[in-house]
Amino acid sequence: MCLGIPGRIVAITDASRKLATVDVAGVKREINVACIIGDRAVEDCVGDWVLVHVGFAMSLINEEQAIETLRILTELGEAQQEIAAMRASGRM
Amino acid sequence: MNKPEPGKLLRPQRKLRDGVHVAKVTLAHGGGGKAMRDLIDDVFVSAFDNPVLAPLEDQARISLADLALHGDRLAFTSDSFVVDPLEFPGGDIGKLAICGTVNDLAVGGAKPLYLSCSAIIEEGVEVDLLRKLARSMAEAAAAAGVAIVTGDTKVVGHGSCDKLFINTAGVGVIRAGIDLGAHRAEPGDAILVNGLLGDHGAAILAARGDLRLETRIESDCAPLNGLIDALLDACPEVKFIRDATRGGLATVLNEIAEASGVGVEIDENALPLRAEVAGFCEILGLDPLYLANEGKIVVVAPAAVAEKARAALTAHPLGRESAIIGLVTDGPAGRASMRTKFGGKRVVDMLVGEQLPRIC
Amino acid sequence: MKYVDEFRDPERAAVLIAAIGDLARSLDRARERPLHIMEVCGGHTHTIFRYGIANMLPAEIELVHGPGCPVCVLPMGRVDDCVAIAEAPGVIFATFGDAMRVPGSRKSLLQAKAEGADVRMVYSPLDALALAHENPQREVVFFGLGFETTMPSTAFTVLQAEAEGVRNFSLFCNHITIVPTMKAILDSPDLELDGFLGPGHVSMVTGTRPYEFIARDYYRPLVVAGFEPLDILHSLWLVLKQIVEGRCEIENQYGRVAPRDGNSAAQDAIGKVFELREFFEWRGLGSIDHSGVRMREAYAAYDAERKFAIPALHVADPKSCQCGEVLKGAIKPWQCKLFGAGCAPETPLGALMVSSEGACAAYYQYGDLEGLRAKRAANAA
Repeated sequence: MCLGIPGRIVAITDASRKLATVDVAGVKREINVACIIGDRAVEDCVGDWVLVHVGFAMSLINEEQAIETLRILTELGEAQQEIAAMRASGRM
Repeated sequence: MNKPEPGKLLRPQRKLRDGVHVAKVTLAHGGGGKAMRDLIDDVFVSAFDNPVLAPLEDQARISLADLALHGDRLAFTSDSFVVDPLEFPGGDIGKLAICGTVNDLAVGGAKPLYLSCSAIIEEGVEVDLLRKLARSMAEAAAAAGVAIVTGDTKVVGHGSCDKLFINTAGVGVIRAGIDLGAHRAEPGDAILVNGLLGDHGAAILAARGDLRLETRIESDCAPLNGLIDALLDACPEVKFIRDATRGGLATVLNEIAEASGVGVEIDENALPLRAEVAGFCEILGLDPLYLANEGKIVVVAPAAVAEKARAALTAHPLGRESAIIGLVTDGPAGRASMRTKFGGKRVVDMLVGEQLPRIC
Repeated sequence: MKYVDEFRDPERAAVLIAAIGDLARSLDRARERPLHIMEVCGGHTHTIFRYGIANMLPAEIELVHGPGCPVCVLPMGRVDDCVAIAEAPGVIFATFGDAMRVPGSRKSLLQAKAEGADVRMVYSPLDALALAHENPQREVVFFGLGFETTMPSTAFTVLQAEAEGVRNFSLFCNHITIVPTMKAILDSPDLELDGFLGPGHVSMVTGTRPYEFIARDYYRPLVVAGFEPLDILHSLWLVLKQIVEGRCEIENQYGRVAPRDGNSAAQDAIGKVFELREFFEWRGLGSIDHSGVRMREAYAAYDAERKFAIPALHVADPKSCQCGEVLKGAIKPWQCKLFGAGCAPETPLGALMVSSEGACAAYYQYGDLEGLRAKRAANAA
């Protein structure tokens, strides 16, 4: 359900109709940005990373949250290594 | 024995008629009269110009002695081309019609020599477009070192075909000592491809325009006989070659697994894939394993010569991104699978029908 | 690709697999029967099969593939309606690609196209509106389907058509909403689910509040999950952690895309154009109250259901089809009598064989078919 893919807005094509160009790994497509501009001018969303679904930018990707998720996973990896080391040394 | 000059046995060339003076093809151009001769001469004969074709008999006449110089078996194939759009980044239906048939001969270990060209034209098609496509065929034939020696032209009414269909048949000669077959794969053999996958399929889907995606992806459409020659020269031990056209890599892998009663396992990390094609697939929910190629071969080679085969492919301009992508396993028989980049393993089945964009 | 490749990292995956294994083995009840975790969304099912995730998990965990594939659950009667509209004179019927193969009682859209209907595959509802501009003498109908994720796109497109005064564009609305269906599954007496991976892209629109009743009233943990393979594993780990710690909460693993409150612009557009239907029929699950939306009276001019005479007939699912049981986690796809025996991707009978995101089709395409058949034979003996 609901295929979505991150892409970066690289240009505005029609400010009045809230249309912009998104770039996904070099493939470009015109998308509607009505859902992600909020109170900003349409032009201000150039450079935004957005989640694209059926020709609409549906969400502004929150970089801090992405980093946070990866940080949690890194920490989990470190914790797992410690557990493994403890098991190996017979302390568990 | 002296090598006979191709066409030496043939009569002198007929004088070409002076050409078509209307912009679009009409049913008259298929009527068998002067208009048809005008069209054939103007569009095809002038572009394909070669001594075997020149007499314009109902058949091309080819010296058997001539053929026998190249090997010990005749290879004969036929393919029809109905691509939409007729022109696309990286090629057109003309180039495709030559490369497709040249490649179908070459993957059998044959040296492609002579092709036919049958065109079915929808009335209303621009004559200039036909001239351009015929020139494109001629260029592709020259690049592949083959001659277009016979052909046919039909014109059909509106809606009876989609602008232009081309059928090309081809003959080539298989070099002695070479026996390539899908049934010959054995556990341990290596599987190779000669470069980036999925370019043609993605380029065509994008060029149709319905999905309104802009890309710089170009079709990989190319004649592969030179590459295959280089490979077989370096590695006559190669067991199987097939071009991964419709149905993509996944289909060829399944064909190998089925015909040889073996398993096939590829490694996603080893697959050569252009970032843009990967992105294109992500947007549409497509799997690049199933995208068509028109300049890519899958090769099965014994493990001992795998590296030599890769080096031979890589040394050729059409094989720069060649890679060993997997190996033949002892089973389960008939099953192709892939180690994913993520560390899992999944079955790579044949598609049921055409791959449709997955959106919701 | 940014925000994609990082979430496909095999090293982090190995860590998560180990951590999931540790948690699962610490649970006594996982020894009696595997924990059943449902991924609600078809996109998750796709990721799970695409990356071979099911085979990476410990035996204590079994994934149950949920109803969140709008193409799969589309009832035959609605497909028949699509075909009827597509075959009406002068119509261009625009649809997402994956809906074209869904069988109706007589034919699919793909077959209707073969017989001469003008069916066009588009990427976006906006492209259907563009077709209406480009073909002013034709009636362009867009086949709107999907959950809350897709509703805003069709709502905005209808609003755009109205603003531009386009008269030859309409929407055949088949949008559905996932929460009532999750509730219906939770209410079923043979329920055997221990937790849920929640739909990440629906949540991006609706926020995470609509699921709160699942923890509160049904005591099941739910983690809203992203669609990359690491997202799936991370979310599974979070669900297990809740189970091990005896918690039942709604957590959000997909914070980078799905904010807690969802997207207000998208919600406004949905509210403006659509209203809840009394009930909507789902293939395999039957009629479910308030599980679909229709267009409001104010947009009647853009409503294909009012603009065209459609048959709107109910077509029953095939009798021996067990999609409902599969969706509830009561049986596995291969345990259905029809699986691979009459029901196959070429000739789907049940909902879940229809799209590559359907559980049965995914098993068929990516699974170990011979192994599954042997298993079924052994079970039957």
